[in-house]
Amino acid sequence: MPTLDSRIPSGPLADKWTKRKNDLKLVNPANKRKYTIIVVGTGLAGASAASSFGELGYNVKNFCFQDTPRRAHSIAAQGGINAAKSYQNDGDSVWRLFYDTIKGGDFRAREANVHRLAEVSNSIIDQATAQGVPFAREYGGLLANRSFGGALVSRTFYARGQTGQQLLIGAYQSLMRQVELGKVTMFPRTEMLDLVVIDGRARGIVTRNLITGKIESHIGDAVVLATGGYGNLYYLSTNAKGSNATAIWRAHRKGAFFANPSYTQIHPTCIPRAGEFQSKLTLMSESLRNDGRIWVPKKAGDKRSPDQIPEGDRDYYLERKYPTYGNLAPRDISSRAAKQVCDAGMGVGPGGLGVYLDFADSIKRLGKNAIAERYGNLFEMYNRITGEDPLAVPMRIYPAVHYTMGGLWVDYDLMSNLPGLFVLGEANFSDHGANRLGASALMQGLADGYFVIPYTIGDYLARGGIAKAGTDHAEFKTAEKAVEDREKRFVSINGKHSADWFHKKLGEIMWSDVGMARSKESLERALKAIPEVREQFWKDLRVPGSAGDFNQELEKAGRVADFLELGELLTWDALQRNESCGGHFRTEYQTDEGEAKRNDAEYAYAAAWEWTGENKPWTLNKEPLVFESIQLQTRSYK
Amino acid sequence: MRLTLEIWRQKDAQDAGRFARYDLPDVSEHMSFLEMLDVLNQELIGKGEEPVAFDSDCREGICGMCGFVVNGYPHGPQPATTVCQLHMRHFHDGEVLRLEPFRAKAFPVIKDLAIDRSALDRIIMAGGYISTNAGGPRDANSILVGKKESDLSMDAAACIGCGACVAACPNASASLFTGGKISHLGLLPQGEPERKTRALNMVERHNQEGFGGCTVIGACAEACPKGLKLDFIARMNKDYLAGSLTFREEAAASSG
Repeated sequence: MPTLDSRIPSGPLADKWTKRKNDLKLVNPANKRKYTIIVVGTGLAGASAASSFGELGYNVKNFCFQDTPRRAHSIAAQGGINAAKSYQNDGDSVWRLFYDTIKGGDFRAREANVHRLAEVSNSIIDQATAQGVPFAREYGGLLANRSFGGALVSRTFYARGQTGQQLLIGAYQSLMRQVELGKVTMFPRTEMLDLVVIDGRARGIVTRNLITGKIESHIGDAVVLATGGYGNLYYLSTNAKGSNATAIWRAHRKGAFFANPSYTQIHPTCIPRAGEFQSKLTLMSESLRNDGRIWVPKKAGDKRSPDQIPEGDRDYYLERKYPTYGNLAPRDISSRAAKQVCDAGMGVGPGGLGVYLDFADSIKRLGKNAIAERYGNLFEMYNRITGEDPLAVPMRIYPAVHYTMGGLWVDYDLMSNLPGLFVLGEANFSDHGANRLGASALMQGLADGYFVIPYTIGDYLARGGIAKAGTDHAEFKTAEKAVEDREKRFVSINGKHSADWFHKKLGEIMWSDVGMARSKESLERALKAIPEVREQFWKDLRVPGSAGDFNQELEKAGRVADFLELGELLTWDALQRNESCGGHFRTEYQTDEGEAKRNDAEYAYAAAWEWTGENKPWTLNKEPLVFESIQLQTRSYK
Repeated sequence: MRLTLEIWRQKDAQDAGRFARYDLPDVSEHMSFLEMLDVLNQELIGKGEEPVAFDSDCREGICGMCGFVVNGYPHGPQPATTVCQLHMRHFHDGEVLRLEPFRAKAFPVIKDLAIDRSALDRIIMAGGYISTNAGGPRDANSILVGKKESDLSMDAAACIGCGACVAACPNASASLFTGGKISHLGLLPQGEPERKTRALNMVERHNQEGFGGCTVIGACAEACPKGLKLDFIARMNKDYLAGSLTFREEAAASSG
């Protein structure tokens, strides 16, 4: 059985990354052009890694399923990116960013990784600025900051409500420069459908050309997956429609361990769903909580319109329960609090599944113009979807699946247990523990791509031992055949229901039984229901058209088939973790005040699951989390 | 409400294509336009027919993947709105809606409403970046950018690369797209060193890709879901002219 060696460098926490960089083997610049690196995904992590590899002189093949790399879902991140610049002179430091992040993750992340993330955060802002990312500025020309949840300092850099878009376009432009220079070859509208492992090393991928349906093999010296998270297995989430787990799931089936799948983030501020036809949910940036106050009526079933409810009849429940952090309490805590008030009947809007996010006080204090300037584009988005104006009436919001902290297990160098397979960004499990703080996903994606992987992949390549091989190798041929057979099987079932139909069924199970609150009972119910849906899927799926052309239903079928397996693993993971931590809330394990109750004695580990075969139970491998520099505490935001 | 859709159906790039008619008896006003098509597609699959192919991803109006023409308007009649953010409450009972792909020589149809917009990537490849490698930059606050210049740069950078400007233009010009990128980078001190060569190279690539020239009609800015202004094309022309003058000897030598 492979061992779980996290390869964390020895020595004081603040020196670990420097020490590792000094110890890494280097590839001679003239030899870099002899290596080919496969990068799957073009979001912040994938695009920044691919462009950085190109700049260093490696040959890169970069893949995405969208029509251009600039569409990747990092683009939808609204609020901002954290860095420990301390430009505001408000007491921030690398240590504080590190500590806030590891506390925000409910002490379930690896200390050394999180510290490195905080260390390189400042370089990201420098890099993005040099690329021309138009961050918000003060009148004197300096960079502006704002606050995000889980922090008492202003360390978030932003570009209006489109920070993810601007950072991604910065990375995309660098990537396009490398494409023009011939160092990176782009493969848009191309989906990875299998990982190829030769002599125990990840050596390539099998892809489907989404326009022609052609199945092809690509070989390299290393494979980098930066394919994002798996929140879409809940069907309704804030993820893009195409976001999927297929790349990481196929790698998992080829031996890569899947860590902490049950750590899913439910974001507190999303627009509530409007009906059965709902295809996705839209996030309203956490930055709104800088100036918006969250409340519900004190009385259950109060049907008065919000302007008719006097102050005395309102419950500003976050300010009441968490006076220190108030409306900027972290996401997991704010979401649970919203669920509690709605479950108790205080919710507003259709079905009582909503709470108010009210800007009236800020408008009184700062004026309509100031608030419109800060959040104008978010208000417009809200207005387009709901037909209501947040400057006039409070927004209605409700929690929705947003991000997944779990992902493929990686060591300190971001390499999975499969040598040669590296995993970056949301696709790995590394930095956010059981809950991610706002404005930290952009930071992690770019840290991994610009400042970690360019160093660590060189060490892997320089150590040698990668045998010469071609795509005519038997492992490629076997994988191609398996992919082709699977695609043909999807179109030949010819049953009654579409891929979406099964996806919705899975999503309903996951949301009700493996969502914001989980119990032994609900998880066991889900473990019975998911395999039933999966079985029905393979009997009763209908995919019109053929496997040999542009077929969007076939694309969906493959992704849903993988979600139907991952959903089961996620549930197993939630069931074995007999504690509550961060986004994983087990109703059996809570304090008298309804807060998450961790069990550090038994569960301070990362759960890395090993695939053992079709319809066989997974094997659990544990990586104990060792805290050398901080004391584990009960997480409090009161 | 009850709606009739006339949708462009085209099997692949070789097929000639034609409109097909679909009746939707029960459309909710809360649906987005794409959710309405999702519902239609589920019905078509149920009947054993091929669903309508259309691109979308984020469905929040930011990724730029969706886009087709509704009754002659790219992304539909609602101003500053992508078709994924367009909601059915803006339509009325009994309406007939005609859906067709963004049409331009540089945007070949892949299937139905899905098109190939890779020509836009190639315009960016020609110079839509600042040539800097990861690892070297100085402290971000050592570069001062005035708030007004920064805000204007952000206005230009808001482009989502959807191609609606091209579809709206009678010349099928991508000048608003190209001018947006030239303005975004050219308005910042970081973009200054490459400002003129960037304009020359990007405009040349734009023309090579088969997009038409700009005759300042303004339909692009009307159609732009992100509100990019015609001024950005003026900036492009200014930088192009400056580049042409600065590098005219080089240009004369290379053109023979």
